Amino acid sequence: MSAVRSTVSGTGRKDEIVNAVMTDWEQRSVVRVLPPVQPRRLAKVPFVELADGRLQGVVSSGSDVERVYVSSITAGSHGLSCSTNNNRPCGGLRGAPCKHLHALVEEAVLQYGGARVARYLRVDVEEPDCSAADLLGRLHGRPASIPAAVVFSRFLRHLAYLEVPESTEPVPELHWFPATGAVR
Amino acid sequence: MRGVQLAELLAGAAPGVTEALDAVSGFDEALVPGLARPTEEQRDALAALAGAVAVTPLRDRVREAVEKVAAGSLADEHLAMLAGARAALLGAVHDALLERVDAALGRSRAAWTPTETAAASAPENLLAGVRSWLREIAIAGWRGVDDELVSASAQTVEAVLAVPALRRLAVLLDGLAAELRGASPVASMDRLPVRRWADLWSRALLLAQTGGVSEWGATPVSGRLLPLGVDVHEHGTAVQVQVYAVLECADAPSRLVRASVTAAKVETIVGPAVWRLLRGTPVLLGALAERRALEVAEMPLLPGGDLVWRDERARPGDVVEPFTVARLQLGAAHAPAVPPLERHPVRIAEPVLVEGYTVTVSDDGQARMELDGHSLALDMARLPGCGPLTPGLVAASSSCLGLLRWDGGRWLLQPLGVQVRNRRGTTETHTADWALGPTDAKVVRAAAKAGDAVAVLRERAGRLLRR
Ligand SMILES: [Zn+2]
Repeated sequence: MSAVRSTVSGTGRKDEIVNAVMTDWEQRSVVRVLPPVQPRRLAKVPFVELADGRLQGVVSSGSDVERVYVSSITAGSHGLSCSTNNNRPCGGLRGAPCKHLHALVEEAVLQYGGARVARYLRVDVEEPDCSAADLLGRLHGRPASIPAAVVFSRFLRHLAYLEVPESTEPVPELHWFPATGAVR
Repeated sequence: MRGVQLAELLAGAAPGVTEALDAVSGFDEALVPGLARPTEEQRDALAALAGAVAVTPLRDRVREAVEKVAAGSLADEHLAMLAGARAALLGAVHDALLERVDAALGRSRAAWTPTETAAASAPENLLAGVRSWLREIAIAGWRGVDDELVSASAQTVEAVLAVPALRRLAVLLDGLAAELRGASPVASMDRLPVRRWADLWSRALLLAQTGGVSEWGATPVSGRLLPLGVDVHEHGTAVQVQVYAVLECADAPSRLVRASVTAAKVETIVGPAVWRLLRGTPVLLGALAERRALEVAEMPLLPGGDLVWRDERARPGDVVEPFTVARLQLGAAHAPAVPPLERHPVRIAEPVLVEGYTVTVSDDGQARMELDGHSLALDMARLPGCGPLTPGLVAASSSCLGLLRWDGGRWLLQPLGVQVRNRRGTTETHTADWALGPTDAKVVRAAAKAGDAVAVLRERAGRLLRR
């Protein structure tokens, strides 16, 4: 039935198979599913995510604090998109990635690691732990139009988490989500 | 915890635990390919689940639900009954394990006797939206989860997050959705966290029932609170700090209690920066950083042993070493009962003090504590990045304050604080030492170099959010 089950070539009774199928890892309530996110400076690129089939994010404008650029690269096709949050197209995006897309990829590699970004975008890289420059050099896409509003609203939703009030009621469900990472 | 107590804890599984977990595993496996067209194997697994609760009051309704689901009819109420049966089995496993802990440690525990107060009402349409998304998952199975199915949860989760009474559900759904998003398309994953995702799915489904979150009346307590250690929970958009402490009251024996603070965050706020999100509890955080007792007055205490912290009802007391508190008071402190819906092995987190052990690390990297010829796994993965406690310090330590936990069929010790003896004397390190900010110069420098993530995002929110 499942791919997990199909990997077992046992000939025992069904209950024995069930025991063999669920390995120790699969029977644990607390396992790490997402790789840890690395801290990075947020001033230039406050928001990066791998979601909706795109590497997408928001890049602060160097000249105007009120303006941000919404930049994205589509997985697979590598369609490139960059515009302001008011939907004005980025003047720097002509064929090759603009400086905002460069910044987006650089920060994504810092946050998620090159391997995870390359895998998500389906970029063929030789080294699994590739650099941002590697990745940018292997994008084969052309400018494509992605609605900036969708990405920008995800950024606003992201920011809205910081406005959710604290609570002192216990959240027992968080026992499934231990803080980790004290490996220095 | 002495060697003889550890031996008692480790002595074989309690009767029935293995069988109960097998029934749970069968159900969890059935969720992998989804229940849209149940195979004979899946129908057997569901029947086994029904059989396992056949001597409980759930019998008839679970049997009916299993028949309907086996026939391909996945109504909300049927899925809820399956989640309920699964939770009942894991609740029984929890009880057996906790009894074992209490017997081994000689820990007395309160009986569950409170009366339920009226639950805060939650918008029914929101709960229905959550149940509908969970039903889609049950139909598709984990293998069928893709970007589209994950994205379908976004609006519902956002709306649930805005309702304070549904905070538990919101935090849970957000954590699950982020894992599914990261794993999507799940069909291409080598192996799945089968138990974990079934746990999260079932708990979410139970919390999304109308009146699913019970509220229990709180009792105001006054006295001296002596912190033992701090457990930190974290996923991309939430952090929770749980303080384990002994509460001394004039009119009652000393009790084990816990105080929690939860804040919303984003995934780029990590490490010591998470403390800065907890702005409403400066007295509590100050006491943790300075290792002080707290005087509390009329602080609400829930029957599950949780203080609902009000910072204005607490003031800092004397400096009191957690290890001293543990040596003098932990053995006799009275433990609280566990609220019915919280009964699950993952919730077992019993404070213990262990001394006079050695730490060994096996070839596969698993660290263990050896005590009088008995051996307990150390959960080094559970040391939080927001504090100074590292695997190296735990390995070098001779005394450890920690939480006894159980997962995947084995007992673990999660360190919260350690004492390390060296030529210059004894040094002490606790997870919450940096509650007011890092005190290690190297960490302070690294944080300064990385910039202030919280401040940058608050500035962006201030400028862009209210347009
Ligand atoms: Zn641009």
